[in-house]
Amino acid sequence: MSGSARETIEYDVVIAGAGPAGLSAAVRLKQLDSSLDVVVLEKGSEVGAHILSGAVLDPSGLEALIPDWKEKGAPLNVPVTSDKFYMLGEAGQIRVPGFPMPPLMNNHGNYIVSMANVCRWMAEQAEELGVEVFPGMACSELVYDENGGVKGVVAGEFGKEADGTPGPAYEPGMELHGKYVFLSEGVRGSLAKEVIAKYDLSKGKEPQKFGIGMKEIWEIDPDKHNEGEVTHTMGWPLGGNAGGGSFIYHLENNQVYVGFVVHLNYKNPHLFPYMEFQRFKHHPMVAELLEGGKRVAYGARAISEGGYQSMPKMVAPGVALLGCSVGMVNVPRIKGNHNAMLSGKAAAEAAFDAIKVERSGDELTAYEDDVRGGAIGKDLKKVRNVKPMWSKWGMLPSLALGGLDMWTNTLGFSLFGTMKHGKTDAAATEEASKHKVIDYPKPDGKLSFDRLTNVSFAMTNHEESQPSHLQLGDDKLPISVNLPKYGEPAQRYCPAGVYEVVEEDGSDPRFVINFQNCVHCKTCDIKDPSQNINWVTPQGGDGPNYPNM
Amino acid sequence: MKVLVPVKRVIDYNVKVRVKAGGSGVDLANVKMSMNPFDEIAVEEAIRLKEAGKAEEIIAVSVGVKQAQETLRTALAMGADRAILIVAADDVHTDIEPLAVAKLLKAVIDEEQPGIVLCGKQAIDNDMNATGQMLAALTGWAQATFASKLEIDGDSANVTREVDGGLQTIKVKMPAIVTVDLRLNEPRYASLPNIMKAKKKPLDEKTAADYGVEVAPRLEIVSTAEPEARAAGIIVGSVDELVEKLKEAGAV
Repeated sequence: MSGSARETIEYDVVIAGAGPAGLSAAVRLKQLDSSLDVVVLEKGSEVGAHILSGAVLDPSGLEALIPDWKEKGAPLNVPVTSDKFYMLGEAGQIRVPGFPMPPLMNNHGNYIVSMANVCRWMAEQAEELGVEVFPGMACSELVYDENGGVKGVVAGEFGKEADGTPGPAYEPGMELHGKYVFLSEGVRGSLAKEVIAKYDLSKGKEPQKFGIGMKEIWEIDPDKHNEGEVTHTMGWPLGGNAGGGSFIYHLENNQVYVGFVVHLNYKNPHLFPYMEFQRFKHHPMVAELLEGGKRVAYGARAISEGGYQSMPKMVAPGVALLGCSVGMVNVPRIKGNHNAMLSGKAAAEAAFDAIKVERSGDELTAYEDDVRGGAIGKDLKKVRNVKPMWSKWGMLPSLALGGLDMWTNTLGFSLFGTMKHGKTDAAATEEASKHKVIDYPKPDGKLSFDRLTNVSFAMTNHEESQPSHLQLGDDKLPISVNLPKYGEPAQRYCPAGVYEVVEEDGSDPRFVINFQNCVHCKTCDIKDPSQNINWVTPQGGDGPNYPNM
Repeated sequence: MKVLVPVKRVIDYNVKVRVKAGGSGVDLANVKMSMNPFDEIAVEEAIRLKEAGKAEEIIAVSVGVKQAQETLRTALAMGADRAILIVAADDVHTDIEPLAVAKLLKAVIDEEQPGIVLCGKQAIDNDMNATGQMLAALTGWAQATFASKLEIDGDSANVTREVDGGLQTIKVKMPAIVTVDLRLNEPRYASLPNIMKAKKKPLDEKTAADYGVEVAPRLEIVSTAEPEARAAGIIVGSVDELVEKLKEAGAV
């Protein structure tokens, strides 16, 4: 069936992605003018199904958007009561005291939240204001106008066969046109990627940098549970192999979020981020906490870490990029949700002003000015050198110098100017022969789990008859280049076991993509050294079904 | 002819079911819910009857918590014409037992006078497989369970049933209660345009009390437990080793 069979519907603003940025934009638009037609499309089976975030939430974004969030029952139930930071060795740990920490690192006044639940609540607020929210509807294509500007998206296409042709239950989906289209797909969004490339929005900016965050929800012994406690660690087991660290947050109902982040600029292609996470849980300090507990959910998601100097241009004709489609995480604070919300609010305000004077389809430059010059820019500018220092000098020197730089930036200056990130994470990967193979201990099935068992706790599912949403530019490259040169790292960097190199007796190795396992983290799109994997959206409703992630 | 399709909001089939600490039931907090898959098949069959000109109106009905509204909206988006929500519980963990559901459905039948009731053979949450049968008893209508094929012919229907070891075709008098099995059809996607239209379709909200039906449970849940974890497997090197291990385990 051709595109012409699609019904078309007109909105004022079309928003792709029901995360904190997209929902904030929707809420703000309706607050400013309840007569605006606003639609939010979400690829997850329900709002929150694809949201994975730590998360210690700085409520400043929510405060600005919905000042009476408390009365309205926002699920911010657990204030941070204690905040600990440890350097781990293999068998022990050193607690780093709080006093040398720059003031911006303080978690006082923040909340441990499930961002998935916060988003579910925000979607309710949006719907009450009259926003149309459609979960289970993936935005699979952009629609351009005759001048090459973005005028809408295609959403809700279902029922394609594996070869891409329409199957018996095919639904062509709809074209949703807007005066403005907001892309709030989160890190490495597939439509945002297309827009950034088409309009060359990264020109003159540093490359975006990323991490892979993996997270488990544990139900632990109530005697060991300490609601409101926040712990971060660095050091073991990553050591010098990669940047990263862990988080352990005690939320309500005896649950604990245990997570591990690995910066994706690691050089050694033998590194196995998932196994680093599993190994981490065997550290005596962590094992003691989790023993006797039960892992109830698992998930993973890439994180943007490039910060201030990596933010691309955020607007092009008819379209604006929001939240982590731009990359607004404050790396040392490990927070981005507040900025995502503020960006949604800023984009909404710019669109409202434009629509009021009958503009449409142009560039919302007022939005970009607000982001760079306002609260988001200030938040990110202060910490802009932390990540490049870490990449350049390693963890310990960068902790000291990064701390100093954050202090001086708090006072209004930096000794380092603005440092560069240099290479992309894909280009940072070095040849396998230059590095040692890392021997990871076998998961014990109690504290640590093999990857496929854990993936079943992401509750992910994909209609098997559809085309693979993980597209290879050249399908020979994984075996002809990646395998000999890099040991095909896709086998290891994917936290869901999607990629396998199968070597059966006597036959040549084959590259297998089990796309049904995908948890939509986007790491493959980012880290493949050959940049040969393109993540596009599968049909709506597919992917993980995260609970209170 | 009107078709009545009861639908239930259940834990989504993708979700890993978890027992609450203390074994008092299944934990539904923060869990994705959706329409019972067998009920989706019933909705699809009703739509096909309407498309074939054998039915005029499809009424979806759900008994449970207020959130079951979403389940009814799905039925409306697939193609049901209107919906009735009977709120019978506040807590999402409350499961209304089959007899109470059947009594409420009987009351709806008295009001609506449908020519056929199409329902899922069972709900995937408690696997009771009872509501359709109880409803047949209460109404005195014919029942045809586990349907994998349905042909309506005037005053009667030929229903092929999935029975142990094969298929059985029976002829029942209409009106009838038909409970549907997996192979009857493949439900359609609720398309975006239809989801938009479904928001405007009528959805009546009632309570169990409106029908004078008592929904308090008659069954007591003694305990709920997860299946025992399987012991890890081992790879044996030879047939002899296999035989030896089996002997050790007392299996041969």
